[in-house]
Amino acid sequence: MLSIDILLNAIVTGILLGSVYASLALGLGITFGILHIPNIAHPTLVVAGAFFVYTLAQWGFDPIIAAVIGLVPFYLLGVALYAFYSTVFERKGGANVLQSLTLFFGLSLVIEILLSLGFGSELKSVSVSYIGSSLKLGVLTVPYRLLIPALLAPVTIAAVWLYLSRTNSGTAIRAVAHEERALSIAGLNPASVKRHAFGIATATAVIAGAALIMVGPIEPFAGRYQIGRVFAIVVLAGMGSIPGSLVIAIIIGIAEALVSSYLNPSWSPGVAFAILLLGLALRPQGLFGAAR
Amino acid sequence: MKKSSLLFLAGVIIVLALGFLMPWLLRNPFYFFAGYVVLQYVTIATGWNILGGYAGYINFGAAGFFGAGVYLSAFLFTTFGLPLPLCILASGVFGAILGVLMGYLTLRIQGVYFAIATLGLVVVLETIVHNISGLGGASGMAVYGPRPPAWSPGPSQFNFTVMLVIAVASVALARWVEISWIGRGLRAVRASEDAAECSGVPTLRLKLVACALSGAVLAAAGAPYPFYTSFVEPVTAFSLVIGLNAIAMPLIGGTRTWVGPVIGALLLASVQQIATVTISSELNILFVGAVLIAFVAFAPGGISDLFGRNKGRARS
Repeated sequence: MLSIDILLNAIVTGILLGSVYASLALGLGITFGILHIPNIAHPTLVVAGAFFVYTLAQWGFDPIIAAVIGLVPFYLLGVALYAFYSTVFERKGGANVLQSLTLFFGLSLVIEILLSLGFGSELKSVSVSYIGSSLKLGVLTVPYRLLIPALLAPVTIAAVWLYLSRTNSGTAIRAVAHEERALSIAGLNPASVKRHAFGIATATAVIAGAALIMVGPIEPFAGRYQIGRVFAIVVLAGMGSIPGSLVIAIIIGIAEALVSSYLNPSWSPGVAFAILLLGLALRPQGLFGAAR
Repeated sequence: MKKSSLLFLAGVIIVLALGFLMPWLLRNPFYFFAGYVVLQYVTIATGWNILGGYAGYINFGAAGFFGAGVYLSAFLFTTFGLPLPLCILASGVFGAILGVLMGYLTLRIQGVYFAIATLGLVVVLETIVHNISGLGGASGMAVYGPRPPAWSPGPSQFNFTVMLVIAVASVALARWVEISWIGRGLRAVRASEDAAECSGVPTLRLKLVACALSGAVLAAAGAPYPFYTSFVEPVTAFSLVIGLNAIAMPLIGGTRTWVGPVIGALLLASVQQIATVTISSELNILFVGAVLIAFVAFAPGGISDLFGRNKGRARS
């Protein structure tokens, strides 16, 4: 009955991993899914968030508290990023998607290099009392370093989703992507709504960063390996479907965990991308999105 | 033939003649060692521009095609002892197949998805190479290149000349695409894909052709690389620096014509060659990233648009 143990453990690990992936993809779900800004620098921002948490943890802060402290500076960072982006592109009459992709590509490289110049290129990790041990439930072994970040994700996602769907400013964010003109007729400034949304998206990066660095050690270029995953999640969930992204993330997590326990862990980086390619070829509108 | 084509042909002949003569005139092999990298980037930038510049479809996975070329040529040479020209040709064909495959899966949707898919291509190819022990896996494999022929004084000079021939062929291919019906169609795709489709331009077929040609050139650029370094391993073969430079060089030089990527590559690659020798390679990437952001933000037409004759042309 050993194989069932392995299977069960792989599925549980996959669900938890997927939940962490969902928190990585949350910010992108706002910028790319709702605002249609292809922010490929988002995984790098998450890594920057992880380094922020690492720095505060060195001073004795708990990683989760460090992430909460980081919300404000990262929100401001996001606002500044969007301000730069919009002065460069949107004033010239609409952003060219490919130019903005290139801009964010350059940006993520600059952030990565700055991180590696500032912190060195070695792996960094945080150590907290509750991270080391594991929870044992019958045949299942769940390490806390995976369980706690995995619980963090649904909470953040639920908070963001409630904000977007239940509050006025959240509704404005969802409206701005649909019809900018109507929003300004209604008396709101589309630019400031988008700045706010970008700020929130970037603020989620620090929480995702805390989750990432709790799961395992991290280096400045770690964002690169998440790009395939986060885009796979946002695109396959259907652009802008944030609850859907949690489901897709868990599917990807389970697939990766199964591949790494039955084949070889070195195959798992390709899994998300393979799923993305298949998904794009078979169902381009996403699993939870309406056809466009 | 038109006057400009004759001029181009004359230029090609002069450059090639210089490429074969230079090794006998300049004694220091280091110039050829460094020059190889510059020419490699001329090829990469030119190949990237066929799809990225003419059609406006950004490929972040240039390193994937390049690495595929590196590994295929290394494999064919060490296992079957295939001669170098055949290795290059095989890499080119493989790159074309890879390009069509990528394009077929993703190009029917929007450019964004294509770009994202190419980002992942590098990761997937690198993962595959990591797991194939016949290709050396993560630890890499040594490749003992062919003995340089009598007309070349040494291995560095020989590699340089080989790369020069590939670079010139790629530029000629890019120029042919640009002035032929393919280029006209691709420009229409770039300006407005919907309008082009409605006026009867076979957009999907054109994009697939561009994907194939671009992939072929990018993979061919990697084919002589194993003989240049005598050693291949996944991290350098699929290096992000290649993907970055492939985008940065055409954008800095200008993406409208074949001249832009060549200018961009000559400039940026030379600066980088000097920078990696004198400063660190990290600062080198930082510099390229910053220059890329500056050009995308403030001079999207590139150098050839700032100074060139294309100033009057409408921007899309």
